[in-house]
Amino acid sequence: MIKVERLVKTFGTTKAVNDISFEVNAGETLALLGTSGCGKTTTLKMLNRLIEPDSGTISINGKNVMEQEPEALRRSIGYVLQNNGLFPHYTVAENIAIVPNLLKWDKAKTDKRIKELLDKLHLFKDYFNAYPGELSGGQQQRIGLARALIADPPVLLMDEPFGALDNVTRTKIHHEFKELDELKRKTIIIVTHDVQEAFELADRIALMDKGRIVQIGTPAELLFYPANDFVKDFLKEQHLQLELKTIKLTDIWQYLPDTGKKINTSQVPASAGIWDALDSYKFYPRENINILNQQSKEVRSVTFSQLMSAYSHYKNHQPHE
Amino acid sequence: MNEHQQTLWEFMQQQSDKLLVQTMQHIGLTFISLFIAVLIGLPLGIYITRKKQLSGLVLGIAGVLQTIPSIALLGFMIPLLGIGAKPAIVALLLYALLPIIRNTYTGITGVDATVKEAAVAMGMNKWQVLFKVELPLAMPVILAGIRTATVINVGVATLASYIAAGGLGEFIFGGISLNNTNMILAGAIPAALLAVLFDFLLSLVQNLNFKKVKGAVKVAPVVLLVLSCLYFIPSAYGSKLTAGFTPEFMGRQDGNLGLISKYGLKIHTIVINDAVMYKAAQEKELDVISGYSTDGRLKAYDLLVLGDDKKIFPPYYAAPIVREDALRKFPELEQTLNKLSGLINDSVMTELNYRTDYLHQTPERVAKDFLEAKKLYKPDRGGNEGVVRIGSKIFGEQYILASMYTMLIKGYTNYNVATKTGLGGTKIVFDAMTNDQIDVYPEYTGTGLLAILQAAPQTVTRLQVSKDSTYNYVQREFKKRYKIKWLKPIGFNNAYALMMRQAQAKQLGVKTISDLKRYLDSK
Repeated sequence: MIKVERLVKTFGTTKAVNDISFEVNAGETLALLGTSGCGKTTTLKMLNRLIEPDSGTISINGKNVMEQEPEALRRSIGYVLQNNGLFPHYTVAENIAIVPNLLKWDKAKTDKRIKELLDKLHLFKDYFNAYPGELSGGQQQRIGLARALIADPPVLLMDEPFGALDNVTRTKIHHEFKELDELKRKTIIIVTHDVQEAFELADRIALMDKGRIVQIGTPAELLFYPANDFVKDFLKEQHLQLELKTIKLTDIWQYLPDTGKKINTSQVPASAGIWDALDSYKFYPRENINILNQQSKEVRSVTFSQLMSAYSHYKNHQPHE
Repeated sequence: MNEHQQTLWEFMQQQSDKLLVQTMQHIGLTFISLFIAVLIGLPLGIYITRKKQLSGLVLGIAGVLQTIPSIALLGFMIPLLGIGAKPAIVALLLYALLPIIRNTYTGITGVDATVKEAAVAMGMNKWQVLFKVELPLAMPVILAGIRTATVINVGVATLASYIAAGGLGEFIFGGISLNNTNMILAGAIPAALLAVLFDFLLSLVQNLNFKKVKGAVKVAPVVLLVLSCLYFIPSAYGSKLTAGFTPEFMGRQDGNLGLISKYGLKIHTIVINDAVMYKAAQEKELDVISGYSTDGRLKAYDLLVLGDDKKIFPPYYAAPIVREDALRKFPELEQTLNKLSGLINDSVMTELNYRTDYLHQTPERVAKDFLEAKKLYKPDRGGNEGVVRIGSKIFGEQYILASMYTMLIKGYTNYNVATKTGLGGTKIVFDAMTNDQIDVYPEYTGTGLLAILQAAPQTVTRLQVSKDSTYNYVQREFKKRYKIKWLKPIGFNNAYALMMRQAQAKQLGVKTISDLKRYLDSK
């Protein structure tokens, strides 16, 4: 879907982006992860030509972006900014309708689509005529997302979209983000410096440093097969948490004891990470939780210590670490 | 003083049609120039946000224009644009440019970079970004600039009357020349009210929310145009010739009033400041101007004094007037000032004026040369027994006389001298004297009689028998009312005169005011 080859961008004497190549498949979410100044935002902005590359090629859907008119290109790509970039002098409805108006949609079509999106994003219609300044940060960011999605572009670029939000709001929006059906069929590139966010939202992660991609792969690949010390160090601090999120219950299924007990409480799907299972313990002695394996329709009821021992078994059977 | 002291309200009622016309002209002038300034300043302000390297230069030039004194700027305009509306509008718009350009620039560069990036990323082209994002968001700042420019323009527009462009300045400067406080206030109060009113109205627009500003901005050009239309160009030529008279001449019995009542002269007349009047005559913007019999510029600009065959311009003496308490404080002052008495006759004064007005010699040099020729000059004794304060009005002759008095006092007495020259008009210099700010200045008995004492018409007629009867009358009245003494006359006559360019007068066969009237009346 998106193919980037040998991309270079120099500002003055610094090579902000130094010979980068990667591909993103249709429907996939790629996170560009790295510290500030690593070139991730520059890379993103070259995709919709907010920044013109010095050399290299970018093609989206088989078409070279450099051969398209920049305005038309940008209208066909959704873009979400860190500080939402909403127009303070436009109402919520006018903000969301920017691209439809540029594309000269008729008003009825635009209004219908806005209503649909606001509904999906759990925003009330009362906000229609409010100005962005009257909304909370989380609401503003949802409006920013709605603005990017309105014309249903196949590609969505997100520049630290949740960076300015507080933790609670961010977690909530992450959750909504994963649930939103509109996003499931989109090819998404998301720029972030937040390791957790990248692990949570992305199918694949490109870890960048000094204008180059250090490693590109799935979260598990980065975690368990780090290409070098830089990758290892980058993930070190949150390693345990990342592991618990990355390793799914299905991965350790074989180490979970089959106790046969089926206490009638709520069930955790086995497709979830260990972290989610740990989250559902209420922590009183001798507590069990039920884990449902959707494929085999089997339910296993395990205690906290049984779960942790399965995790440690799994770890011991990994090839290295 | 007047038999009945007229109140300001009575004056304004009596002059209500003039007041209305002047107010309309004032509003019109302000907004025509503002409108053009917006048309130029706004695009220029936008342009320098795109070409940042030019911003310093453009803002610098606009800033320098702002610092040119208004009257000087108006003066520069005459050779280029003549007198009347055009140069006034150009001068006003130059003053209005800086706040408009600067605020447009500041407003647009101050728009949140994220919002601009969002606009580009949504697929807007550069014009859409400008009109849909940058201008609307910069609008409060731009409006603040326009508001500043409006208030500046209302103020500077009072000076438009200097170059015959009308406006409330006609009353203000007329009042200053004629020592008429009511007239000054009748111009100054409406001007101040206009400034406050427009400032208030624009502050309302500025504080509207985004939605309403969109509407207001669309209406603004229409409102500006309508207000601009209030200014109908006052120099619509009504007769074959155009006269330009000073505000003082306009209001005096031995001036325009006499021309109308005694000669029945009907000529299209505009009010203009003395400083630019001669220039305008030379540039053929004006055909007939008011002036003085001893005027140095007669020769300088090749002008002809028209014969006053009906004797409406009586000759008056020029003499120093001094506060009586100053005469007591400086016992040697009177005899020192009187050294000049009788020494300067009409042709000498005209010659001296010519040297300053045309040859551009300094008044000090002209004064010194004259005193040396008369063997009166003595070097400064560096005295320190008190300071005599000498004043003067703002034209060459007064500067020369003030310089001579300064040299005489410094050379013959042990007093020191402080000069306060260039005091704007009769009212300013005379008020300075009655308020004990100056001790002595040269004055003319005619001005004393008509502008300061404001003698009744029958008194004026009675006194016009001779120069001496006027001199005696003002000397008596000044002593009685103001405790100010008229010293001995300097010698030359001071009388108003009508002047035309030599060449034109010859061509039209005009030698006297009656000739002029006959020419104007003939079809």
